[in-house]
Amino acid sequence: MATYLEFIQQNEERDGVRFSWNVWPSSRLEATRMVVPLACLLTPLKERPDLPPVQYEPVLCSRPTCKACNIDMPALIKLFPSFQFPPAYGGISEVNQPAELMPQFSTIEYMIQRGAQSPLIFLYVVDTCLEEDDLQALKESLQMSLSLLPPDALVGLITFGRMVQVHELSCEGISKSYVFRGTKDLTAKQIQDMLGLTKPAMPMQQARPVQPQEHPFASTRFLQPVHKIDMNLTDLLGELQRDPWPVTQGKRPLRSTGVALSIAVGLLEGTFPNTGARIMLFTGGPPTQGPGMVVGDELKIPIRSWHDIEKDNARFMKKATKHYEMLANRTAANGHCIDIYACALDQTGLLEMKCCANLTGGYMVMGDSFNTSLFKQTFQRIFTKDFNGDFRMAFGATLDVKTSRELKIAGAIGPCVSLNVKGPCVSENELGVGGTSQWKICGLDPTSTLGIYFEVVNQHNAPIPQGGRGAIQFVTHYQHSSTQRRIRVTTIARNWADVQSQLRHIEAAFDQEAAAVLMARLGVFRAESEEGPDVLRWLDRQLIRLCQKFGQYNKEDPTSFRLSDSFSLYPQFMFHLRRSPFLQVFNNSPDESSYYRHHFARQDLTQSLIMIQPILYSYSFHGPPEPVLLDSSSILADRILLMDTFFQIVIYLGETIAQWRKAGYQDMPEYENFKHLLQAPLDDAQEILQARFPMPRYINTEHGGSQARFLLSKVNPSQTHNNLYAWGQETGAPILTDDVSLQVFMDHLKKLAVSSAC
Amino acid sequence: MQISGAVAPAPPSSGLGYGPPTSLASASGSFPNSGLYGSYPQGQASPLSQAQGHPGIQTPQRSAPSQASGFTPPASGGPRLPSMTGPLLPGQSFGGPSVSQPNHVSSPPPQALPPGTQMTGPLGPLPPMHSPQQPGYQPQQNGSFGPARGPQPNYGSPYPAAPTFGSQSGPQPLPPKRLDPDAIPSPQLSELPPQQKTRHRIDPDAIPSPIQVIEDDRNNRGTEPFVTGVRGQVPPLVTTNFLVKDQGNASPRYIRCTSYNIPCTSDMAKQAQVPLAAVIKPLASLPPEEASPYVVDHGESGPLRCNRCKAYMCPFMQFIEGGRRFQCCFCSCINDVPPQYFQHLDHTGKRVDAYDRPELSLGSYEFLATVDYCKNNKFPSPPAFIFMIDVSYNAIRTGLVRLLCEELKSLLDFLPREGGAEESAIRVGFVTYNKVLHFYNVKSSLAQPQMMVVSDVADMFVPLLDGFLVNVNESRAVITSLLDQIPEMFADTRETETVFVPVIQAGMEALKAAECAGKLFLFHTSLPIAEAPGKLKNRDDRKLINTDKEKTLFQPQTGAYQTLAKECVAQGCCVDLFLFPNQYVDVATLSVVPQLTGGSVYKYACFQVENDQERFLSDLRRDVQKVVGFDAVMRVRTSTGIRAVDFFGAFYMSNTTDVELAGLDGDKTVTVEFKHDDRLNEESGALLQCALLYTSCAGQRRLRIHNLALNCCTQLADLYRNCETDTLINYMAKFAYRGVLNSPVKAVRDTLITQCAQILACYRKNCASPSSAGQLILPECMKLLPVYLNCVLKSDVLQPGAEITTDDRAYVRQLVTSMDVAETNVFFYPRLLPLTKSPIESTTEPPAVRASEERLSNGDMYLLENGLNLFLWVGASVQQGVVQSLFSVSSFSQITSGLSVLPVLDNPLSKKVRGLIDSLRAQRSRYMKLIVVKQEDKLEMLFKHFLVEDKSLSGGASYVDFLCHMHKEIRQLLS
Repeated sequence: MATYLEFIQQNEERDGVRFSWNVWPSSRLEATRMVVPLACLLTPLKERPDLPPVQYEPVLCSRPTCKACNIDMPALIKLFPSFQFPPAYGGISEVNQPAELMPQFSTIEYMIQRGAQSPLIFLYVVDTCLEEDDLQALKESLQMSLSLLPPDALVGLITFGRMVQVHELSCEGISKSYVFRGTKDLTAKQIQDMLGLTKPAMPMQQARPVQPQEHPFASTRFLQPVHKIDMNLTDLLGELQRDPWPVTQGKRPLRSTGVALSIAVGLLEGTFPNTGARIMLFTGGPPTQGPGMVVGDELKIPIRSWHDIEKDNARFMKKATKHYEMLANRTAANGHCIDIYACALDQTGLLEMKCCANLTGGYMVMGDSFNTSLFKQTFQRIFTKDFNGDFRMAFGATLDVKTSRELKIAGAIGPCVSLNVKGPCVSENELGVGGTSQWKICGLDPTSTLGIYFEVVNQHNAPIPQGGRGAIQFVTHYQHSSTQRRIRVTTIARNWADVQSQLRHIEAAFDQEAAAVLMARLGVFRAESEEGPDVLRWLDRQLIRLCQKFGQYNKEDPTSFRLSDSFSLYPQFMFHLRRSPFLQVFNNSPDESSYYRHHFARQDLTQSLIMIQPILYSYSFHGPPEPVLLDSSSILADRILLMDTFFQIVIYLGETIAQWRKAGYQDMPEYENFKHLLQAPLDDAQEILQARFPMPRYINTEHGGSQARFLLSKVNPSQTHNNLYAWGQETGAPILTDDVSLQVFMDHLKKLAVSSAC
Repeated sequence: MQISGAVAPAPPSSGLGYGPPTSLASASGSFPNSGLYGSYPQGQASPLSQAQGHPGIQTPQRSAPSQASGFTPPASGGPRLPSMTGPLLPGQSFGGPSVSQPNHVSSPPPQALPPGTQMTGPLGPLPPMHSPQQPGYQPQQNGSFGPARGPQPNYGSPYPAAPTFGSQSGPQPLPPKRLDPDAIPSPQLSELPPQQKTRHRIDPDAIPSPIQVIEDDRNNRGTEPFVTGVRGQVPPLVTTNFLVKDQGNASPRYIRCTSYNIPCTSDMAKQAQVPLAAVIKPLASLPPEEASPYVVDHGESGPLRCNRCKAYMCPFMQFIEGGRRFQCCFCSCINDVPPQYFQHLDHTGKRVDAYDRPELSLGSYEFLATVDYCKNNKFPSPPAFIFMIDVSYNAIRTGLVRLLCEELKSLLDFLPREGGAEESAIRVGFVTYNKVLHFYNVKSSLAQPQMMVVSDVADMFVPLLDGFLVNVNESRAVITSLLDQIPEMFADTRETETVFVPVIQAGMEALKAAECAGKLFLFHTSLPIAEAPGKLKNRDDRKLINTDKEKTLFQPQTGAYQTLAKECVAQGCCVDLFLFPNQYVDVATLSVVPQLTGGSVYKYACFQVENDQERFLSDLRRDVQKVVGFDAVMRVRTSTGIRAVDFFGAFYMSNTTDVELAGLDGDKTVTVEFKHDDRLNEESGALLQCALLYTSCAGQRRLRIHNLALNCCTQLADLYRNCETDTLINYMAKFAYRGVLNSPVKAVRDTLITQCAQILACYRKNCASPSSAGQLILPECMKLLPVYLNCVLKSDVLQPGAEITTDDRAYVRQLVTSMDVAETNVFFYPRLLPLTKSPIESTTEPPAVRASEERLSNGDMYLLENGLNLFLWVGASVQQGVVQSLFSVSSFSQITSGLSVLPVLDNPLSKKVRGLIDSLRAQRSRYMKLIVVKQEDKLEMLFKHFLVEDKSLSGGASYVDFLCHMHKEIRQLLS
């Protein structure tokens, strides 16, 4: 019999789903006592090379309130008793079952032939207030990207600085652009009028039948198929100049990011609503004028910090955030997504703009300069293709969640917006974005992952019969990068279990990794709106309650505290989560926090776990590389450490190794093994770098190096200057911090868990 | 001048213009009396000079001219331009200019002069009686002793005494010339056309003739240079060709006054009602013989000024205390002379270096301004020209855009440049527009121009900085490429709506961004009805004419234009507007900005490339090439006692003293009215100083100073004797044309008539010798006032005919506002030149005839011009040969009516006529399109409109009628 671990992995492989609980407590009361809610991480577009899409359309459950797509296992027929096989399934027999009825097809993908296919759209929104080098690098990246785009994709170009220019791409000879003032907020209607996208009212009424032909004509002035204008656009990009308006000493350049985005949104809104489109914003600094400005142009007034925000001293923040939220919501409504590529040494206003990417499923990339491999590779990686040769991106998805009646949907956390579809399976208690059973995900890729939270509503006095199963169906409509409409349906069923009698079962089916990530998402979601300490307190309380519930201990005896295997790692995750930049803003700018949180809310379980608790590998002569504890005690003189925090890859040479390298042993033929040792982490790091999106910051440092702080800030400070001598150990490296170590944390946790006070 | 013969206490002597009673027949003809003309110099010695009471003051100078100047009688038709050559003799009392003084040699007329007319003597002919020391004229003298002009003889023709009024007419030695509409039987009754016989019994030839006055002045004063050394001299008429020698007063080309003798007190001035005004053209262009003003550089300290009134150093400043101080001639403040400016005085109290310094010896000169005189305390950048082209459907359809773009390619080589500069410092930019604006980046480094569309017309801004304003030579390739592409790009446009205010705003913002002054050339076709600031609606309503609401037709529709104009002025952004309307465009509103920024408006109604190309291109070339001063401020200072109170012209004023001009070119004139605020002193006279601070087209900040000294008088007669009717009319027209903005047109007309009647009545009452109340007596200097005033009264603005559009009226109204005296003169009283009367070989202009239909002979052809229009009228019975040689058709009937170009034919007549047309055009600031009008053709109506001595269709009075009316008014005032 397979272990739960295998079961969980198998499920993840097949369906892209990880539940916090894999056996469900059968009543509402019991479920709430479980502390960790019944929830799952769903990766709607998980790559399934073995899953070819079927060519017909799904059959819907005929009960109007249900509209579930179909059924994967005969058992589920019981759960959806109203299901009737339609005529298309007439040929069903024991040997010729439709794919839906085969167990391995709990996830199935349909291609829809109906409807006009519209090309993908890429609208570049480019900041020209950059340093010459940066602009040059950006221009080259953009020119390069043209060759990566599907040839029939439409591209558009908007540049901005003090003014915003929408470039017309169709004309010969004179290059033409529409210019907008960077300080004036315009409505979508005004923008469309000014771009000449709206036909005068009179002719439109008269010539309504002709209009469909005219419509693409008008918009194609700004959005053109790549294959037609790539030469033209390459030249245009090549001729792009830095914003010519003079910037006096002590001033920031005037940057109209807010208006530029607004125009980009308005342009697509007017021309291609509800089709797959990416607005790609490249910016090299904070918006300094107009709606959405984040900081004034006086250099002597620095951009807001967390300190300012706490002191309510960030005077532009609220207004700017409102502006970008409005844009993000409009964009989401249109089914487009906004990517933000912000490359600057200082902050660029990601805090205010984050919603643009967060709500629309766009990417957010933060770097120091466009002239770094971090940006260049990341940007290139957007256009990578999967095993079928398709782009790893999908657009305009709606995720529809259906549950069997014992469950209700509490909410979702991820790159999505609510579609406000109320229904009987929608819970009144919201976790994350709730109050709906459908969400819109405007842009997603195979790793985009949502946390979806449920509520068990079955009453205690209405027990579910033994062997009963609960079912959840995820229906994802989306536009594939090949511009086809597709529907992916994943149907999940889990056993109900009575807590009283089957607690062991439930415990064993606890997925602590998924639970940690799901709880972390809840915590981060709260942190966006609540004070940091409150969130920490809430997390702590949850942890303590969980320990109380599932720990084995004698009251008031901390030493007796034990956790079963399926819970043992959970407190450690929580410890690292508390220290992570997702909840701690100390030492991070608001932009960095926004950036980290953005990625945390969309990556899959593995990546999320890396973010919560970075992975540390140790390389030595003593054997093959091994994962070691993320602890200061792992920092040894004769080791090389490789740490992956998702955002950074750190290679750290121990003191001795560093000395050896300095002495140049690696160049001596007799010390070739040392050379190999040095090389090994580099190779491994390269492997991670190749696969990761966004490309992590790559740090190669050594004992005593200034960059070693990246490592030191992450490891568990088991040895600090406070306890170093008390411990009297020679191994490891002391960390100069007052943070509590994992050991102290655990001690406290045990004490609190066993105390009867709380 | 008196018309009635009642005066003239002295019997007519040989020279004087009072013909013998028997010369009745000759008086009605042209001017056969050559003897009359010979009398000018002696005119002072003749009965008049006696009247002037100059016994014993006869100086050598006085007698000299009489010997030297010879006159060719005008009857000969030839020109009479003896010229004075040679420098002043040393020791001349008013001579002695420094070496650098422009000693000009006038170009002699092509005609050989009789040796006797060559005047090489000292600058004698200055009429000495103008010197301030002269004792007052006897008040009873009428204008016939107008100091400068010869008497007007021809309406000296006597009438038979009219018994009906003035019963005392009997004893007069001469039959009185009377104008009594009721009673005087016209002697020429039999010769007049029948319809006039019944209406007028006054001989049209007997009333003052502008032609005659002009001819006389030409003959009398065109011969010698006008030397400005003496205070209060009346210059020759604007119609006279003369040279000017600056000897301390500004040339009349720069300043002309209504009177050169100002009443000492305001009571006198009020009594006379003669407006005291100066017509100033600060940047007037000069004939090649006259040097432009010297530029004086006082270095870092800047020009020397009076500490109190801030007047600039000028020849009238008095140096005292051995030269250590000077007393301001305007406010009498005593100032220290800065050490670096110190110079000793000679025994006459004059600085030793007076003739080395233009500011101490000349009437007009320039100072280099220091940084204190610049905006933001920064020397200005060179100005820029921005061409803003309407590319809406109308502009494309008429071919205007193509024509213009083609022309600009070559025209850009002729941007104004300063002095001997290799290339113009002016940068250029281009904008096209319809409902939205298209800016062009024409940076030299670009392979192709870039177009930037700004559709946010509600809130205009300039989308680019770098590459918008460029040096023509550097960016030539890109500009050429742009001008080639503009007509193509918009060839298929369907856009008919245009905006206007945002266009100017864009240009202004562009200049602001570039931190320079400049000029916008706007080529516009239609009423701006697109949704934008300054949107207009068609409000043309002919029903309003002659109602109290008529004034609204001249007022701008919205205040947006004035607001914009103010911003333009603040930036030094001058706007020239070229209009190509097919229908009503509301010139009254559109011209507000050009008007307030010192720009020009050109209007080409129903523009068609074939017909109007020449006119438009010629105007455009001239407009682009003409020298302009930018970002100018003009201030007129006067000596204590009078004050500049009112200003007319194309400019903006934010306070009561400073005339702000975003741009000022050589054609623009500012008329300034003065009022007394204290007594003036006869001794010291009255001084005017006009200071113009401007940026030259090379970006140099300069001050141009014009000084003029006037006499003051305690006797009204002196005032009347030193008036200039042309300038007076200029002032009155501008006054009236501004009045229509606020008052009903009829009220404006009445005001003019009343004022004129008061002027003349005052003369009659105080200056003329007692005579019958029934006699109309006009001062010599103002004898043309009635005819000219009548022309003003019946002009399109004040009395519109049915065929005059509202736009035309507004257009003319704003044109007149900045006209100079010469322009208003010909505009109101057009020149009518017979073509076949004078011998074909003669190369000069034929003598003009009076603008009246009865002067036209149907066997002749005439050219008529008024500065804006040019007609060739062909009489119905003109000789066939003439028709053939001019039009290349065999008969009168085959001449195309409305023809605008004469065929180029190789015969003397054709060459002569075409040459004459060219020379007429060359004299005017705007190209006059020729219209050939055939007698009895329907186009003749248009032509007749300009025959201003006749009754006009719109109800304007004929000259004779108006004169009678005037007489009645005067009599009413007197009684």
